[in-house]
Order: sequence, then C-alpha cells, then structure tokens
Amino acid sequence: MTKRMLISITLALALLGAPLAAWASEGGGLMTAQVNVRDTASVQRGARLFFNYCVGCHSLHYMRYARIGKDLGLTEKQVMDNLNFTGAKFGDTVQSSMPSADAQKWFGKAPPDLSLEVRAKGEDWVYSYLNSFYLDPSRPVGWNNTVFPNASMPNVLWELQGIQVPVLGHEKGEDKPVVERLRMDKAGQMSPAQYHAATRDLTAFLTYVSEPAALKRHSLGVWVILYLALFTFLAFMLKREYWKDVH
Amino acid sequence: MGKRWSGLGGWITERAPGMAPMYRKHMSEYYAPKNFNFMYFFGSLAMLVLVNQILTGIFLAMFYKPSAEAVYPGVSEAFASVEYIMRDVDWGWLIRYMHTTGASMFFVVVYLHMFRGLMYGSYKKPRELVWLLGMLIFLALMAEAFMGYVLPWGNMSFWGAKVIISLFGAIPYVGDTLVQWIMGDYLPSGATLNRFFSLHVIALPLVLLLLVVLHLAALHEVGSNNPDGVDIKKVKNVEGKPVDGIPFHPYYTVKDLFGVGMFLIICAFIIFYQPTMGGWFLEHDNFIPANNLVTPEHIKPVWYFTPFYAILRMIPAKLPGVLTMFAAIVVLFLTPWIDRGQVRSVRYRGTGFKAALVVLVIAFLSLGLVGAGVTTELIPALLGPSADVTLWENLFGRIMTLAYFGFFIFLWVYTYFGFEKTKPVPERVTMHD
Repeated sequence: MTKRMLISITLALALLGAPLAAWASEGGGLMTAQVNVRDTASVQRGARLFFNYCVGCHSLHYMRYARIGKDLGLTEKQVMDNLNFTGAKFGDTVQSSMPSADAQKWFGKAPPDLSLEVRAKGEDWVYSYLNSFYLDPSRPVGWNNTVFPNASMPNVLWELQGIQVPVLGHEKGEDKPVVERLRMDKAGQMSPAQYHAATRDLTAFLTYVSEPAALKRHSLGVWVILYLALFTFLAFMLKREYWKDVH
Repeated sequence: MGKRWSGLGGWITERAPGMAPMYRKHMSEYYAPKNFNFMYFFGSLAMLVLVNQILTGIFLAMFYKPSAEAVYPGVSEAFASVEYIMRDVDWGWLIRYMHTTGASMFFVVVYLHMFRGLMYGSYKKPRELVWLLGMLIFLALMAEAFMGYVLPWGNMSFWGAKVIISLFGAIPYVGDTLVQWIMGDYLPSGATLNRFFSLHVIALPLVLLLLVVLHLAALHEVGSNNPDGVDIKKVKNVEGKPVDGIPFHPYYTVKDLFGVGMFLIICAFIIFYQPTMGGWFLEHDNFIPANNLVTPEHIKPVWYFTPFYAILRMIPAKLPGVLTMFAAIVVLFLTPWIDRGQVRSVRYRGTGFKAALVVLVIAFLSLGLVGAGVTTELIPALLGPSADVTLWENLFGRIMTLAYFGFFIFLWVYTYFGFEKTKPVPERVTMHD
C-alpha cells in the first residue's frame, strides 16, 4: 500500500512540477549569457574591460586585487600594471575613486557596487543589460536601456558597441509608442559578434566576482561526493552484515 | 589497552552507577521495531542537521558582526561581514553554505518526519506527548530559522522581518506597542538585528536542544511506532524482549549511518553545485543590502514558510489572516484528538484516509507555490497575458487553503462517526525485503 501511495504522491509532485519547470525556463525575454567562470582567459578579458571602463564609477567593495590575481593566474606586477589604476595596494579591495556624494549629484543615484550584481540580478540580466542601451535624448545622460528602463547609466561601451537607436511601434490600445527593437545606427569598433563576446567576458568576470569561491567549490565538490559515495557504500555493506540475522 | 579502558569504565561506573543503565535503556537495549522503512531515516537526520547547524554556527559567529551600522554607503557591517566570510575567511564559504543548506534541509527532513507521523499514525495513543513535543520543536525551529534569515541584513531579510514582525500588530489594543517592543524601534533596525542574533545563537538553540531531549525521552518511554502501526510490546519472548524488536544499537545505528551517507551526498550536491538552489535556498534579493526605501519586487519568505504565508495572503483581512495562519499550525498540534480512528498505519486504514492524505500533500505543496509567488508568474504563462492574476491566484489559493483545513475536518468526521472501513491489522509486523 505504501508503494502505491508513494507513487500517487510522486505523480502529484510531477503534475505540480511540470508547470514549474516551464515557468523556470521562461527567463523573461532576456538574452542568454552562457558564461563560463572556469574559462580563465574569458574572465581575464572581462577583468580588463571592467578595469578600463567600469571601475571609474563602480566599486567591488568585497573583492581584493590580490585575490583577483591569485584566482585568474596573474602576477602581482600584471595586476598592478594592467588592472589597478587607482594607486590602491595589492591587498586592497577594489574601490572606485569617484566620491559617492558627487556621484549622487551627477547621476541622481550613486552607481551601485557590483560585487554581488550577478548574484542579485542573474548573469543573463547583466549580459542583456550591457547589450540593450539605446540613444534617448529625453534622458539626462542621453541614454536609456530596454532591460532596465530609465537607468541613470550612459552606455560607456558605446565606442566598442556603436550607437543603437529604438524602433518604435504601437501596442494594441496603447497611445504611447513602445520600443519594439533596437537598430544599430552607427557601427562601433567591434562587430556585433565581437561585442557580444566582449560583454560575455565582462559578465563572466562579474560572475566570478560575485562568488570567487565558485571556482574552488566546483573543483572540490567532485572529491567530496566521491568520498561520500565510498562512505555510503561501506555503510551499506556494514548494515547488510549486521542485519544478516534479522528476518 | 583493553584493561585500561575497562578500568576507565569501572572508574565511571563506580562514581556514576546510573550511566551504564541509561546507555542500555536508550541504545543497546532500546528495542525498535525491525520493520522501519525509508520514512524512518528523517528523525536521526534531523538530529544530524541540528548538530551541523550548531557546529557551523559557532564558526560563523566568530566572524559575523550583528551591526546595522554602515561600512560603505548603504551597506551594513552585518552584510559586509557575511561577504567577508564568503571571500576572506578560509573555508568561510563552505561553512556558510553548510549552514544555509542545513537550514533548508532541516525543514525538508522535519516536514518528511512529520508526514511520516501522519502516514503511520505515530501521533496516536500512547504517543501524543511525543507528537506535541515534536510540534513544539517545529515551532521553535520556525522562530530560529526566521531570525537566522534576518541576520545577513539583505533586503529580503529587512522586508521579511518587517512583514513578519508586523503580524503581531494585528493583535487588538496591544498590537502596535508589541511590534515596537519586538523591534526595539519603529522599523527593523540595528536593535532588532542585535536581539535576533542573541536569540538565534543562544536562546532558541537551547530551547531546541532541550525539546529534542524531551522528544526522545518521551519516545523512549512508549517505544517507536512502525509502518504497520503494530504494538511490538504485545508479543514478547521468554526474556521479556519484544520478538519484533531489535536493539537500536547496533542495528539502527548502522542503518542510520547508511541513511546519513545518502543524505550527505544530496547535501554535498547542493553545497558544491547549487548552493542557492536557483534562488530557493538563498534568494536573489538577499544579495542586495537592506534598504528601507526600496521594496523587493515580491516580498516573500524562504520556501519553508511559504505554505503558511500563502494562507495568510489568501485571507483578505489582517487579523483573520493571522489567526487562520496560526490555526494551520494549531490544528497540527490537535491531530491526535482530531483523529479518532483505531487503526494507526495508512496500510490498514480506509480509502478515504489515503485519498485525504494525498489531498493534504497536494494542498500543502500548492500553497507553497502560491506563497513563493510562483503562481503569480505561472498564471499569465498558462492562461495568457490578459488573465486576471489576482483572481485566479486567490481562487486557487483559497481552494488549497480549504483543502488543507478540509483534511482535518474530514479526518474528524470520518473517524468520529465511524465512516472509516479499515482492514484487519496483523498481530506482528510485516517485512518487505
């Protein structure tokens, strides 16, 4: 009877689970980032982009230069020459040199710390955001974003990406035009494919930054599970031995 | 060597003659039914998780700082100290993930343990006290988990604390004063964080440990139930030992060791490969520091509270909502007196009971989905973007709330008026190898 009951419960769970899985795979119309934090070269390229384009405004409060060097296989000299432009010490955390109070005045909102951005928003969100800027003269900084409408941030990567403009359309029954899609108005230094790859690298770096332990976690986990499998097998044999006389 | 150990044993026995009999009573001569199945692993697993929470918690408390003071603009010392543990403390990430995964797995095993009780009638006479103590553990565990969830001082910690504490505001006359008294402020603040830390690491763990000892002591007075719901003490051998009983140690210690292995493999998969469980164990919005000006898109508790939270949301007024939510827990306390059936195990109970139990599981899980906000996103996907989400969600949630309480009403009617057609219960336990 228990068996039949367990089967009914499993079936009920499966019925509940099916729409749940469908819902999980929706993703809300974002592009898929498909980053790989174990691809060190990709994360390194992303780091270079971050320290050349982003750190002017965004800090990584919890991330140390030394840790970046260690995890990405870079020497102290490489990190200090190529990634550190603020005069910080090797053991310091990554702080933007823009004073928060000034930033508040200039942009209306201080640029957020990006240490945990990927954990809070997801890598697909960050990747899509970086690809979704468009020219909007009605905004204070002249830029808008389809993923995060009315963001205060300008497209700092415009030289690489080029300039996108919106293609407007009307939704049924709505008076205000909506952005249907984005069109490349002026090409940048990179082709669209190159820019996708670059923003993927940048997203990979931010994914790494959001949880540096992930690298260790992935490599260690296999051994822990193998050990536990052996332990469980031995425990099973021990149980069988002890239970021989129970009928 | 052997002589020396027996010497030590002798030395202890001389000074504490009660030790050896106590060991025999609870371990080597505690006779447990020999037919325990898979569902009987979760009690010992709950104890394992409790030990894990205490050990990892000790190390987390060495580095965590219960302070809402800002270290960067908009970032509290508490939030920053959690990230410090995740990045700068050696193995800090592992200890924290063991603690966060442990918190969720605690509820997984406790819910399965409670369901086992319902399945096999383990709450029935003479085990009502065991069940009541277990329910008190569940209550203390909910308080412990809630306060622990507030400690990282993320945005969901803050808003979760605000919503849950303000439930006490529904109490007439003293409500608002009570809310202020609990928070120590007009909003969840540094004062709240400090007292929750104290309660989380000292007060509630002590309560939990005491209740666990009482739960086990009460169990060992009456003996364990089993999947057949048969009383093994009825058939004894010449030595007066139950024929269908086997000593807990070594039989169940080795069997549980195997269960522990299986359980740890699952936990290791989560800890090493899926520590946030896609936002179910560690929520995305809690990686954003607490901000009393920015509300998360959906304020919701962690998954293990969502069934009860859904019941609260499904009732349109605050006080009735809070009362109904509490009733959902109170009714579990009363189960031994609601169920008047003579047969314990689901194996020999009427079809109505079996069906009702399945309905209870579906209702509980569905309420979990409603409380977690899954239905809010699911309804437009299933019924089209123009569907009235609130209408459908309320309809579904209220039906499931009725089904949840309906289980207990049905159970009483079904057994009190003798509608249940049970099967004959065997004299001895059955083995399914």
